[in-house]
Amino acid sequence: MSGTVDPTILHLVVFVLAVFVGYHVIWNVTPALHTPLMSVTNAISSVIIVGAILAAAPNETDFGSILGVLAVALASVNVAGGFLVTQRMLEMFKKKQAKKEGGK
Amino acid sequence: MSANQLTLWYLVASVCFILALKGLSSPTTARRGNLFGMVGMTIAVVTTIAVVAHGRIDLILIAMLVGGTVGAIVARRVQMTQMPELVAAMHSMVGMAAVLIAIAVVNNPGAFGEHDPLPAGNRLELFIGTFVGAITFSGSVIAFGKLAGLGKKFRLFSSAPVVFKGQHLLNLALALVMIGFGLAFFMADDKGWTPFAVMTAIAFVLGFLIIIPIGGADMPVVISMLNSYSGWAAAGIGFSLNNAMLIIAGSLVGSSGAILSYIMCKAMNRSFFSVILGGFGAAEGSAAAGGDEQKTVRSGSADDAAFMMANAESVIIVPGYGLAVARAQHAVKEMANKLIEKGVSVRYAIHPVAGRMPGHMNVLLAEAEVPYDQVFEMDDINNEFGNTDVVLVLGANDVVNPLAHEKGSAIYGMPILEVAKARTVLVNKRSMAAGYAGLDNPLFYMDKTMMVFGDAKKVVEDIVKAID
Repeated sequence: MSGTVDPTILHLVVFVLAVFVGYHVIWNVTPALHTPLMSVTNAISSVIIVGAILAAAPNETDFGSILGVLAVALASVNVAGGFLVTQRMLEMFKKKQAKKEGGK
Repeated sequence: MSANQLTLWYLVASVCFILALKGLSSPTTARRGNLFGMVGMTIAVVTTIAVVAHGRIDLILIAMLVGGTVGAIVARRVQMTQMPELVAAMHSMVGMAAVLIAIAVVNNPGAFGEHDPLPAGNRLELFIGTFVGAITFSGSVIAFGKLAGLGKKFRLFSSAPVVFKGQHLLNLALALVMIGFGLAFFMADDKGWTPFAVMTAIAFVLGFLIIIPIGGADMPVVISMLNSYSGWAAAGIGFSLNNAMLIIAGSLVGSSGAILSYIMCKAMNRSFFSVILGGFGAAEGSAAAGGDEQKTVRSGSADDAAFMMANAESVIIVPGYGLAVARAQHAVKEMANKLIEKGVSVRYAIHPVAGRMPGHMNVLLAEAEVPYDQVFEMDDINNEFGNTDVVLVLGANDVVNPLAHEKGSAIYGMPILEVAKARTVLVNKRSMAAGYAGLDNPLFYMDKTMMVFGDAKKVVEDIVKAID
């Protein structure tokens, strides 16, 4: 046993732990909110935009950077759309509660 | 900003994403959770832009502005009944973005801080991220088409399963060929464009082929599954870019989708593989026509239904997707309010697959401002039917079919709402047609059942008028 750990192995560690965290957090999500869960996970997976920004960044514009810009645009649709539509849905769940409290 | 600082910021963003999902454990904390999600995303994007500040920021910002505007407009305009389509469309974009990024990495690994040419290990990760992304993209496009009802224009988008001989064999062969080209890419000395391109093209085709044989009734599973894939695609790209945040976010989404698929499969009593292999519902028409024997149903008018409910002590409403199609949610809410004013206890019972995606019916009721403490999940309310006076089934069929208790029936073992235990059952349907499973429903012929035929919205509105 000597030398440094391959970064891929470290990332595997992160990956496995993240799956565990995901597993436990998701089982706690109330079934009533499964649709907002899907839209918010959609938004979260769009963090891939980070990769798209790196791809789009090089100063000399070439094939790859054009694809990067395109990927930034696609991911941005999801980031904005995902979070906003989730918020819109969650507002509906809130409205009812406020009304109920007010009515009683 | 140093790489270490950047990674720490990414850690903060990752924690925010976990908190975003954790918030969804209750409607009261959910909005704060969503806020965490937005904060996490902002941190991720801003720090990344700060790192590439010497590059073409202008183009990036324009792309973000354009994409963000489109997303915001869609989010504002979309109808709640269209949520499944929207989610499918968004999955396809994550998939496509993953593929585009992967191509950019192959093209210029230097831009991502990678060695040029790409080391073998990174190629393997890139291969996985790319093919999962490509399958997510094309699969989601088909799912979108099926959900949006484009089947009339293009047969590929038909909500009925598209099946042909040797389908599974073809898929298997394609998958093997794809892996073969993936290995060729893995071992190539140059950039490996040819095997990479062929592999990606096959993955796109596979995505189409995997989803076309899956029928409309299985859409909740498909959409959850594609949700999962989009997460794994992001994680795969995270591996190839050595980006822990992408791996974490991707794994969260991947496991979320996988769990939702599992829940949906369980609610339909279908194994995951039988859904994926598809073809369910192909025999729809023939099975429905099978019941030749004459059975009588008792049918009544909206007035009768109104009378029965107004004089009951407790009413449970079972909404199905037919209700959403008829856009009757608001009318139902009005009816429930009138009944509550009369002192009737009103609750809603939701089957997990009541809509076109997990939790869809809850959102549709929430949109109609039905208080969520009146809305119960199947497991929480199934014991209550026995001491309920009247159950009103609106546009639901298979999820209340007592055949699920009979060995040998196609839906044997599927968990159902036990409406048959209630004292009186009112069923609203447009006609006597069978549900997705193509089965007749003995519930309709029971002595305690009264059928109220007609469009759900019209019937409910008539009931509202008659309640006074």
